[in-house]
Amino acid sequence: MSITYLEAIREAQAKLLREDERVFIYGQDVGGTFGGAFKATKGLAKEFPGRVLNTPISEDAMVGTAIGAALQGMRPIVEMQFADFSSIALNQILNNAGTHYWRTNIPVPITVRLPSGGTKGSGPFHSQSMEALYAHYPGLVVMTPATVEDAYTMLIEAVAIDDPVVYCEHKYLYYHLKADKLPTEALPTGKARIARAGRDLTIVTYSAMVHESLAVADELAREGLEIEIVDLRSVKPLDTDTVLASVARTGRLLCVGESFPWGGATAEIIARVTAEGFHLLDAAPVRINAKDTPIPYHPNLWSAHRPNAKAIAGKARRLLRE
Amino acid sequence: MLQTAQRTEKKSKGKKAAPHERYLEAYRWMLLARVFEEKLVSLYRGGQITGGVYIGKGQEAVSVACGMFLKKGDIFAPLIRDQAGRSAFGEPLVDVARTYLGSRQGPMRGRDGNIHRGSPRDGQLAMISHLGAMVSVTVGALMAKRSKGEKNFVGLTCIGEGGMQAGSFHEGMNIAAVEQVPLVVVATNNHYAYSTPNEREFACADLVDRAKGYGFEGYTVAGTDLAACLDVIGSAVKRARAGRPPQLVVASVLRLSGHGEHDDASYVTAEIKAEPFAQDCLKCTEKVIVDLGLADAKTLQKWRDDAAAEVDQAITTAQKEAAPEAGEEDWCAISMRHLVDQV
Repeated sequence: MSITYLEAIREAQAKLLREDERVFIYGQDVGGTFGGAFKATKGLAKEFPGRVLNTPISEDAMVGTAIGAALQGMRPIVEMQFADFSSIALNQILNNAGTHYWRTNIPVPITVRLPSGGTKGSGPFHSQSMEALYAHYPGLVVMTPATVEDAYTMLIEAVAIDDPVVYCEHKYLYYHLKADKLPTEALPTGKARIARAGRDLTIVTYSAMVHESLAVADELAREGLEIEIVDLRSVKPLDTDTVLASVARTGRLLCVGESFPWGGATAEIIARVTAEGFHLLDAAPVRINAKDTPIPYHPNLWSAHRPNAKAIAGKARRLLRE
Repeated sequence: MLQTAQRTEKKSKGKKAAPHERYLEAYRWMLLARVFEEKLVSLYRGGQITGGVYIGKGQEAVSVACGMFLKKGDIFAPLIRDQAGRSAFGEPLVDVARTYLGSRQGPMRGRDGNIHRGSPRDGQLAMISHLGAMVSVTVGALMAKRSKGEKNFVGLTCIGEGGMQAGSFHEGMNIAAVEQVPLVVVATNNHYAYSTPNEREFACADLVDRAKGYGFEGYTVAGTDLAACLDVIGSAVKRARAGRPPQLVVASVLRLSGHGEHDDASYVTAEIKAEPFAQDCLKCTEKVIVDLGLADAKTLQKWRDDAAAEVDQAITTAQKEAAPEAGEEDWCAISMRHLVDQV
């Protein structure tokens, strides 16, 4: 048996619905026989009547409703049809859910699932990665699972967390990633994972870019270069300790992110490593992100807009020469 | 508990009066709110309140009716001009004083101020400034209650005609009707969104006409007439509680203050001040009380003195309490400490 990243998300939700009566799923097209634009909730409405609910196209009200339900003891999961559309709900996520614990001492346990990141042909409004934006604001946990195992265990953990969680699931990984079985144990959120050990260069990354980076590590290994890959798993909290420990081993840092270049997770990592581990660096740290334009539709443009294995390998080689 | 209204057809001009006990109780909450807010204004002018002061002068009759028909287990999501309704719902006056004066012992502990306060565990949601946002939050709270098997509950949220133009409000109203929750939305048209008059806010003939479009039942009320407010809003609460579709009540008043106390409201025209809806609901209520003989002048004075004493007590208590200290503050925006980002 094998299970995909997408199936792991569905299975996690099935388990949550089965084991916790406080859980319900709220989103566009998630219910009925349809089961979501990507089928992440396929069959769940039938198995759990009244708990997997279609909503109108009202992202703000979807999250507002989840907040109200969470304040009454529920554990709602909101599915955004695409991460991009969560911009409509920014106010509820940032200003309502994100401030609530600080203001009132009462946390808001909602999970907002964001089908994130680019796939060929999806264009400017169905491809965005929004983790940097959510991580910038106080009061939210921001998860960016890169593996089938993490997709499963981190979603279960997201619902258990008393605070609002933005769960960024990568659409490119939905069908591309497969695992033999669902995991029974996991690293806790907030701990990064060494996805591959190496001694010459550290690549810090997350979500789909972990796999681009792993491809680069394979390629450079043929040239005798050993790349260490740190998969952050969550960008907030950000496991600076694991990153610093890796940089201490390699002396070189390359940060890879799929989101836009201004600010963001890659800039944050470099800021932290430079501030706290300047003495560990043998060369200036480098980062690679998407281009500072909207995300293009055509595959020829799209594949050059996001960091790809070739671009990452180029940056890595240059950094290794310094 | 309800008693037959003591009214004469002549004096009430045919309007349906609320039972007088409830009418007088409502008046006393209105009076308390007015006296309290007068005190806040004076403290603000004396430089003793940091940030803004936002009062509900002229809107007390609508507001109090929002709070009076709610019970324990109901959800109340008040807005900026709802001191009367908040008090009637059960918010302790000292907590209001604490929030305005920044006491560490208040519900917001100096982290948020003035009208941005609430006590969600007691059913009073803590509004955010972004208008319309609390409609869907109230809907969600009601859905949760329904799914937990609770019965006989209702939610009520307040908005102004300004907030009614926000996208969040439209989404909230629509989803309320889709979910068929027992919700009452009380919209007070006070004729200005800060300084912007109605003609630049909306172009429909009557805001209540929107009720049909949302799938609500809609009603209008003169916000200067306490009896009418109690009747119309009380009836809406009763219908929602009984399982009727969500209810929209649109009240008409004039805001008898600036948007906040920093605002002299010089943009309010003389013409609009002469409109019937521009009357002071507190004075209208006092006139009804005197005209109908529900209480004599001496009693009214005593109530005012009692309100002043209660206000003084709340303010004095809050003033004695410690302000938050930056060095002792728990600078943490999430509750699960192991997930705090260590910047």
